[in-house]
Amino acid sequence: MTVFGAGGGTSSYNEIEDADLIIFWGSNAREAHPIFFHHALKAIHKGAKVYAVDPRRSKTAEWADSWLGLDVGTDVALAYGVGREIIHAGLVNEEFVANASTGFEDYVAACEPWTLEVTSRETGVPAELIRELAHDYAKAERAQLCWTLGITEHHNGTDNVRALCNLALLTGQIGRWGAGLVPVRGQNNVQGGGDMGAIPKNLPGFQSVENREHREKFERMWGVTMPPKGGLTLSEMMEAMDEGHLTSVYVIGENPVQSDADTTAVARRLQNLDHLVVQDIFLTKTASFADVVLPSTAAWCESEGTFTNSERRVQLVRKALEPPGSAKDDVEIMRLIAERMGYVWPIQTAEQIWDELRALSPAHHGMSYRVLEERGGVQWPFPDENGPESPFLHGRLWEKDPEKRGRLAPFGIIEHRLPVDKLNDEFPLRLTTGRRLTDYNTGVQSGGFNSPIRFGGCVDISPEDMDRLDLNEGEVVRVSSRRGTVLAPARLDPGLRPGLLFMACNFPDDVDVNSLTIEANDPISKTAEFKATAVKVEKTNEPIPEEDVVAETTEREGSELAAAK
Amino acid sequence: MDLKFSNAEPFAEERDAIDRRLGGPGEGGWHGGDRDEQDHRRAHTGHAARSRRHLVMEALHAVNDRVGWISPGALNYIGKRLSVSAADVYSVATFYALFSTNMRPKRVVHVCTDIACMARGSKDLCASLEKRLGPAGAMNGWKHSPCLGVCERAPAALAVEAGDPPHEHLIGPASVEEVALALSAGPAALAAEAPPIMAVPQAGQEGLMLLKRVGQVDPESLDDYLATDGYAGLRRAFEMEPGKVVSEVKDSRLMGRGGAAFPAGIKWESTAKQPATPRYLVCNADESEPGTFKDRAILEGDPFALIESMTIAGYAIGAERGYIYLRGEYPRAFRMLSNAIERARERGFLGANILDTGWSFELEIRRGAGAYICGEETAIFNSIEGYRGEPRSKPPFPFEQGLFNKPTVVNNVETLCNVPLIMQMGAAQYTKIGTEGSTGPKLFCVSGNLVRPGVYEVPFGATLGDVLELAGGVPKGRTLQAVLLGGAAGVFVRADELNIPLTFEGVRANNATLGSGVIMAFDDTVDLSGILLRVARFFRDESCGQCVPCRVGTVRQEEALLRITHNRQDAAAKGRDVQLLRDVGLVMKDSSICGLGQAAWNAVESAIDRLGLLEESR
Repeated sequence: MTVFGAGGGTSSYNEIEDADLIIFWGSNAREAHPIFFHHALKAIHKGAKVYAVDPRRSKTAEWADSWLGLDVGTDVALAYGVGREIIHAGLVNEEFVANASTGFEDYVAACEPWTLEVTSRETGVPAELIRELAHDYAKAERAQLCWTLGITEHHNGTDNVRALCNLALLTGQIGRWGAGLVPVRGQNNVQGGGDMGAIPKNLPGFQSVENREHREKFERMWGVTMPPKGGLTLSEMMEAMDEGHLTSVYVIGENPVQSDADTTAVARRLQNLDHLVVQDIFLTKTASFADVVLPSTAAWCESEGTFTNSERRVQLVRKALEPPGSAKDDVEIMRLIAERMGYVWPIQTAEQIWDELRALSPAHHGMSYRVLEERGGVQWPFPDENGPESPFLHGRLWEKDPEKRGRLAPFGIIEHRLPVDKLNDEFPLRLTTGRRLTDYNTGVQSGGFNSPIRFGGCVDISPEDMDRLDLNEGEVVRVSSRRGTVLAPARLDPGLRPGLLFMACNFPDDVDVNSLTIEANDPISKTAEFKATAVKVEKTNEPIPEEDVVAETTEREGSELAAAK
Repeated sequence: MDLKFSNAEPFAEERDAIDRRLGGPGEGGWHGGDRDEQDHRRAHTGHAARSRRHLVMEALHAVNDRVGWISPGALNYIGKRLSVSAADVYSVATFYALFSTNMRPKRVVHVCTDIACMARGSKDLCASLEKRLGPAGAMNGWKHSPCLGVCERAPAALAVEAGDPPHEHLIGPASVEEVALALSAGPAALAAEAPPIMAVPQAGQEGLMLLKRVGQVDPESLDDYLATDGYAGLRRAFEMEPGKVVSEVKDSRLMGRGGAAFPAGIKWESTAKQPATPRYLVCNADESEPGTFKDRAILEGDPFALIESMTIAGYAIGAERGYIYLRGEYPRAFRMLSNAIERARERGFLGANILDTGWSFELEIRRGAGAYICGEETAIFNSIEGYRGEPRSKPPFPFEQGLFNKPTVVNNVETLCNVPLIMQMGAAQYTKIGTEGSTGPKLFCVSGNLVRPGVYEVPFGATLGDVLELAGGVPKGRTLQAVLLGGAAGVFVRADELNIPLTFEGVRANNATLGSGVIMAFDDTVDLSGILLRVARFFRDESCGQCVPCRVGTVRQEEALLRITHNRQDAAAKGRDVQLLRDVGLVMKDSSICGLGQAAWNAVESAIDRLGLLEESR
């Protein structure tokens, strides 16, 4: 957003099908984004070359022509090395840089120390591969640079993103059909949530609450005055809970007790609250701590509304089923709460609420339900009902007329900083986390389905470390970090190198991975460094403790649902 | 590769078999070699590794031939070597009947229970085998099999012993003792296979064109071949421009002999015109229509003829590589062809700079593994490319996007073997053989209850009666009940329709088909409804399952026939089932993707309408 002025992927899904080069950098899309990867597969089958930049040789990397196995947390260094190579090989898109960017000179200077040799030493990637990636990316007709949490779940996640944006600016791999930057979204409608203002400093349509003009527009529509300051981010809330300023929390559709870093600390904070309300479609672990649980409807089948996907496409969702029991639509629950608080809000249909949003958000202004229905979804920005759609963003940067080019994109001058959780003799192994194809996030929604390729909670270990630690597959080991300890069965994965471990976040009930991870947050995005934890592994003969989670939650279910009524 | 269900490793034997076929082990840990430090930081797979995907079938054959079955570890290892997911390799392995992904003994005998063998005692053979060895099943060492293409020596069996090298042996006519011996002492202990001449009762007769060398020359000797006009056709072709070769074939009005009867010259011309290169030539030697064994006679008795024919075809259409897709049940044909290719290459008839013309042509044999559908012209591409042998939707047609999505000519063995004749005598002379609509000589696979079953060559124009007479007619004291024309996908004709001329236009006028040249005679001892059930079971078994009309229709067809057989007395129920058969048949005919589903109802329909076999009123 800082670079280009809008927070979203720049390309459409079907653009990747036309790409001739795809880089998955910190993204195991094959497992974590299977639908998106199917679009990528179309390109691959047409002959697109694929690079995978990942500490693990993930399943995505198995599809790649080249895999670059960098050390965890050295993405900025690698990006600088690639950038310097592009510059020194004379492969910079000079016209684009001159017309569309600012800060090039500073960027060149920042790149200068990162020779192939230095970069190779810092990242562990052979120099030759860095060179090949740099040349292929610069020379590609249409290159897609895709990333996900391998980039963002670091203490310097925002810097990582900017490092990749720099490469796109340098080569002009943006703002054209098939060329773009693609941060693939991890959850259904995570894009829509942000677009609709579920970001502490934003009002719907990426309008800042701290901007008076924006704020006043909303105040006029709603007939209220709003505080001019942004709200707290998740990690700021955690701090505020620690400090005792925040005593009541209302959680909607989140399971922080299992999904956030350092889960032991999270659980303690929630238990210490005066009042916790959880609104969800499942009785999650977080809900089991709640004073009140508000059962809501499943948004994809029990309520009306819209979803927005990673390619910024807003799509209508129709109600197909009546919700079970006393479950209510999220909007209706909030309206009823407002009513108890003394505010009488009108009962509105999803379309009426959407029309209100359209009146306030220029990017959505043209998207009437009629248009959304006719076109089967529309990509923002779409200010005019008759207007054209924008398959990709930032085409303006290629305009000949400087007027039309708008705000130029700045190169980001950033520092390479290693992960916070340092390795030492006591914690010599690097643990990184991620997802498996079979399961979704904390498993709340996917754990009920069988899959022949579900491994369950386990710790993946390289063949060399298995030998060194004298482990057999399936043997239970103790994994400890500076914050916690878990028991997990060992699983052999040749995709890992000595010193690197992997655990999936999908099975917190079996193995609470996030009791190991560190809450080292990026200063801007506030995302924690899930991807880099220092751990040790010990052989043990202990069986996995059988925590009777199911019985526990069922027992509570009755009382909490009663409280919700 | 991903989509792997276990970390199982291959047995040493399996690994060796795969490495020998694929070359290897590959470099580094990612390709099946030893893992080193570089493997911790880099891997090169992607397109380069996947470009060898077409070797999946070959690798599966290597393991199956060596061990007798394919373990999960072998599936994983093949996936790793070729950068294909193990699940994908499994999907290919389980498509083909000759491969097993379950443990089974090294020795297995496949006993043919198809229609030609049924007419000649396979049921009795199976009953005796069951008594002696236990019920059919791989663990008891013997299995039922669809047509093995040895119909002239029915009942037939194929004995296989896995090993290095494997032993494969066609037995016919098979007896309980021979099957038992093959299992106890191995196929090597059996008496030698009947020589190719045994399939050709006319062998040595004057005037034969396609079969003239069978039984007369040593099929392993290139010198013998050269001494009997061998390579005269190629020399003649080299005197012409490729375009002229194509126009000669076009002028000859040579029609495809595999079953579809498409003009070969037009196929060649449209392929040669495509700008895309490389172009490919594929010889369809997946002769698996029940009752068909004509190509086997050529492949075993005159293999060089096919090599020469393909070289001419390659020259004409500008293909530098040809594939022979040979059915997996023809071990001797495989040996003969492999030898012929090697000999031809040694002497400069194949490979680079053939006969000093500067033109190069390579030939490779790919073995099928027991899937009838792979004889379909696009399924054959998928199979060669290492996929399940599922037909593709057309268009694009093979001449536009065939093998590896490049312009491709697919011709049947017999079709190709007419080409040297055309080259030698010229199109004008060739068209004088046969009739206006059907030129040239034609091979017929004559089997069933006849005195001298075998492959017969006659000029187009002979009648059905003529050919049956050549084969000696039904044995004395019996009467002809019906004839199946064209194979399982063909139609039954009555004993009073023997004057049907065996030409494309002649059979068409009589609502029949020549198909692949099958003429199967059934005398009055044969239970035709049993034959019909076997045909239905065959199609149900062989449907690839890709499209609904065929997948469901072939099952419904068999069920209805079974019900009819069991409820002979209930006329009303029978009437309903016959109507169901008609409905299902029509749907299959109209809406199946490929010829299998489209023709799966032909024989049943003709049995109802022509023979009155299931007559509603009966």
